[in-house]
Amino acid sequence: MLELRHISTFYGNIQALFEVSLTVNQGEIVTLIGANGAGKTTTLMSISGIIPPRRGEILFKGQPLHRMTPDTIVKQGICQVPEGRHIFPELTVAENLAMGAFLRQDKRAIKKDRDYLYSLFPILEQRRHLPGGNLSGGEQQMLAIARALMARPQLLLLDEPSMGLAPLVTKQIFEIIKKINQEHNTTILLVEQNAHLALRVATRGYVLENGVIVMHGGAEALLGNTAIQKAYLGI
Amino acid sequence: MDYFFELLFSGLTRGSIYALIALGYTMVYGIIGLINFAHGEIYMIGAFTALVVSSVLSIYGLPLLAILVLTVLAATVWAAAYGFTVERLAYRPLRNAPRLSPLISAIGMSIFLQNFVLLAQTSDFQPFPNLIPQFAFMEPYAAIIGSTDLIILTVAALMMILLTLTIKYTRTGQAMRATAQDQKMALLVGINVDKIISITFIIGSALAAIGGLLIASHIGQINCSIGFIAGIKAFTAAVLGGIGSIPGAVLGSFILGLTEAFATGYVSSDYEDVFAFALLVLILIFRPAGLLGKATIEKV
Repeated sequence: MLELRHISTFYGNIQALFEVSLTVNQGEIVTLIGANGAGKTTTLMSISGIIPPRRGEILFKGQPLHRMTPDTIVKQGICQVPEGRHIFPELTVAENLAMGAFLRQDKRAIKKDRDYLYSLFPILEQRRHLPGGNLSGGEQQMLAIARALMARPQLLLLDEPSMGLAPLVTKQIFEIIKKINQEHNTTILLVEQNAHLALRVATRGYVLENGVIVMHGGAEALLGNTAIQKAYLGI
Repeated sequence: MDYFFELLFSGLTRGSIYALIALGYTMVYGIIGLINFAHGEIYMIGAFTALVVSSVLSIYGLPLLAILVLTVLAATVWAAAYGFTVERLAYRPLRNAPRLSPLISAIGMSIFLQNFVLLAQTSDFQPFPNLIPQFAFMEPYAAIIGSTDLIILTVAALMMILLTLTIKYTRTGQAMRATAQDQKMALLVGINVDKIISITFIIGSALAAIGGLLIASHIGQINCSIGFIAGIKAFTAAVLGGIGSIPGAVLGSFILGLTEAFATGYVSSDYEDVFAFALLVLILIFRPAGLLGKATIEKV
């Protein structure tokens, strides 16, 4: 479904990604793990067109993405929940959700989706008139995911959904991620520092180190790999 | 007491004009964090466009109302085109440059536009026709408030209501708010941020043009440097109210307008600027973010 072919991404003169290649197939949860500064977020930003790669190709269902603007990429069906959640702080919860459906015109279906997401995250319905900036970290993460789902993405990019959350909330978020994948057949590319958590929900994983993919394979194989255990799982 | 009300309405009229200009400053600042120093020039260009179009139309002997409508249309469209072009040429290429660069570019744009009009129109004051009809029913109150003041107040109020509704309830308005609050996230939900920025410049410029046309018609003459002082005053009003905040810009404009009117009326017109800017200094000392410029205020 999504294919990155040897992409190299730069911040000015500093190269952050070196010929990164990865594929995500329809219906999969693929995780991209790695330490701080490995280039995980940069990879997602390259896919979303915020920091387009200087070299290489990104194909989505056979279509080249790497020359498209961010809004056109969203139109193709790729949505990102960025690191740090990026809730619009002064828009209400309901308005934040409405922004997620910015490119959709089908009012009735939008309303239906919103009601469905309220049933998935009841706390958001209770808080729907509050400014997004007033929510707690966990609530904001739920809102960020719900907002992305309002666009009905075919591919969801999740950047560190566990960041700064209590273990119990993290568990809840990951259950919802699994649910989205299974019930709606939404393909997910999940970036995580918490490798253990990520590899448990994912089908396959890639390991990024200093902008280079150093390893990839089935999630279970990676969990069992001694090098991974040492470097990322703390075993 | 009549004198007090005369000053009050004169202050409100000034405030309305400042508000029409200040909204452009504050919206642009809210969305891209830039003080658009060329904004006063857009206001001046709006007034000149109105002068040219209304003069041409009056040669053809059209009725006053038709002249007024066509002039307003021409001035807003032409000024909006200028605002749009200025952003495209002078600010967009510098979007990722250090903050000082677009600021310098804005000052350059301001000087360029002013001198461009100077070459075309000389520095002399040009008489501006009174486009605003004088109402018979206003005659008994003429000592307190003229027809022109009434029109200025009404038009400005309508524009502000329209703008508020647009920003609060339309898709574009929501996109403007989202872009102002988090530009990167706006991109990620699929908002065409470049387009939203252009729309912001277009709306701000059109409002400034309406302000320019109204005040020119009130005062009766314009030249190429009217944009400078009006721009500085409106910018002051925007800062006073809290730059980036729309209600703040309106509030700041009315406070500034009233202060000037009362200072002129009760002290001396020589001191109107002294009072206006002393007020600015005081407010900035005690409320550095401006009156409504808090973190929770809607920044558009």
